[in-house]
Amino acid sequence: MRALVTAVYVFLYAPIALVVLFSFNAGRHASEFTGFSLQWYGKALSNPFLTEALLNSLIIAFTSAGTAAVFGTMAALGLERLGPRTRAVFDGLFAAAIVVPGVVIGIATLVALVEVFRFVNPVLTFLWPGDTPPKAGLGFFSIIAAHGLFSLALVTMIVKARLASLGRDIVEASSDLYATPFTTFRSIVLPQIFPAVAAGFLLAFTFSFDDFIVAFFVAGSKTTLPIYVFASIRRGVTPEVNAIATMVLVSSILIIAVARLLLTERRAS
Amino acid sequence: MTATHPNDIEFRRVVKRYGAVTAVTGIDLAVPRGAFVALLGPSGCGKTTCLRMIGGFEQPSEGEVLIRGEAMTGVPPYRRPVNMVFQHYALFPHLDVSANVAYGLKQMRPRIETGEIARRVAEALEMVRLDGFGGRRIHELSGGQQQRVALARALVNRPAVLLLDEPLAALDKKLRTAMQIELQSLQRNLGITFVLVTHDQEEALSMSDLVCVMNAGRIVQMATPREIYDRPADLFVADFVGKTNILDASVVASGRARLADGSMVAVAPSDRVGAATVAIRPEAIRLARKAAGDLTGTVTNRIFLGATAEYAVRVPGVGDLLVTADHHATSKSDLIEPGEAVALTFDPGAALVFPARSSA
Ligand SMILES: Nc1ncnc2c1ncn2[C@@H]1O[C@H](COP(=O)(O)OP(=O)(O)OP(=O)(O)O)[C@@H](O)[C@H]1O
Ligand SMILES: [Mg+2]
Repeated sequence: MRALVTAVYVFLYAPIALVVLFSFNAGRHASEFTGFSLQWYGKALSNPFLTEALLNSLIIAFTSAGTAAVFGTMAALGLERLGPRTRAVFDGLFAAAIVVPGVVIGIATLVALVEVFRFVNPVLTFLWPGDTPPKAGLGFFSIIAAHGLFSLALVTMIVKARLASLGRDIVEASSDLYATPFTTFRSIVLPQIFPAVAAGFLLAFTFSFDDFIVAFFVAGSKTTLPIYVFASIRRGVTPEVNAIATMVLVSSILIIAVARLLLTERRAS
Repeated sequence: MTATHPNDIEFRRVVKRYGAVTAVTGIDLAVPRGAFVALLGPSGCGKTTCLRMIGGFEQPSEGEVLIRGEAMTGVPPYRRPVNMVFQHYALFPHLDVSANVAYGLKQMRPRIETGEIARRVAEALEMVRLDGFGGRRIHELSGGQQQRVALARALVNRPAVLLLDEPLAALDKKLRTAMQIELQSLQRNLGITFVLVTHDQEEALSMSDLVCVMNAGRIVQMATPREIYDRPADLFVADFVGKTNILDASVVASGRARLADGSMVAVAPSDRVGAATVAIRPEAIRLARKAAGDLTGTVTNRIFLGATAEYAVRVPGVGDLLVTADHHATSKSDLIEPGEAVALTFDPGAALVFPARSSA
């Protein structure tokens, strides 16, 4: 039994450990470790294609996580006011959205967007006064939309859990002390749920930043970091890719750790 | 004229339904200005519901609630001149004590200037004897201290009416007694109308000017504590407030009734003749050490309570009676022992006559 557990952990983490190890390899080949070096990090960060992909990923992650944090919180607040039956339906839908596989989200978003573009573009052409009407297509917007939808469900679930533990007592107390519903939200509800919103934002951010599958379907000609890595791997695994993977790994772990901290600290007090 | 309206709160035929459950069944109530009123009743009788309708957290299904003569229909809690002390205090955990107390003042329009708010907060904390605690976090306070913060947070606004929903239920007995005295003197000094919800009859009787006894969504009796105790409106009040012996009897003439064992006892004068129920307080029964008399029984149990003792007396054909006696009055000698035979006499006029239980 112990041997089995050990085997599972080895299979799970050994490849990751190797990637990290070889990102520091002085040599070029993944077959032998010839000495410690940071050269691949330097190479990776001075590669203009890579930095562009990184910038794209950051913009997409920020925007989709930000949108999801705002609308997810609004959705969670809205769900509070529904009757128990309607609420159960929406709770189920949100939970389902989280377990839908990335491939399905990718294909579904792609199909839906292509259909939308087919209707929208002729209208744009018709309405546009100049000669070169803009054309809606895949790119930033479509990735942000696809990521945002998934993340919205994620944020809603997290904020909902926090709201449930808030209790109606302090909201009523605020209202009893002459605070309008808006003031109550701003000075009582928001400070209480803010850690959950922030945690939701961070989790949404890492999801979007690391996502390959969904982005691959709807990216069009845009390159995100995971897509860049995938493309460059086809030319062989270079230590440069190892360096990128290590950087993504470390930043993801850090962000998720902060999110966890935000969620647990509140529960303790 | 709002300012001179004699009643701070009025209920006019107020009904409250939650789906199929009727929590409040048509209540008329008037709380005079400056009074300390206790809403007393068993669990689920609608006390909290009434309080929440005054606070504006629930809307009546029928009828209306008036505060100082103004109808409150459709007026949200934040526009009502009343404040509530919640059962679990409902303090804001992310604000310190001062900020909690200042919360209501900061919402007032026209704005109160910061210095004035600070002054009033300090004054309110002093009033509940928490001066120097302003910078504390809520979770750094004991239950009793949190209770005081909740009180200061409400009273600092000088509301027309202070609503208290079992504010002392979470405190231990000693602290509860101390807070009862404090609440009472605060109310006297400030002259603010208090409406206190409780299911503790001792608390209701000892603290308030008026007790409003509720049962199953209705007000059964509203009167002074003395009247509630001495002249309960019905068997429910007699039974719920204080300890009472309830006996089946047959009234033969005004002031005389025959108990189930055939013995004759003196009861309060009544118009009713025939089957009835008699209620008598344990302290209105006298015990004497002799086996003869109209009403006789055997002591089965004795609980020594210091200045008084509580006896359980079994009277064949009638049942078990509870009798409280202070030792000096019982007899020349000391306590009566379990197993002794005793004769019981009722204080004249203390046995109240109510309709027979089956027909009530
Ligand atoms: N939000 C609600 N939805 C449905 N029923 C309710 C609701 N609030 C109260 N009730 C019902 O209304 C009745 C009165 O409740 P209320 O809370 O006023 O009782 P109470 O006198 O305060 O009792 P307690 O002493 O236990 O606090 C109860 O039968 C209760 O179950
Ligand atoms: Mg209650």
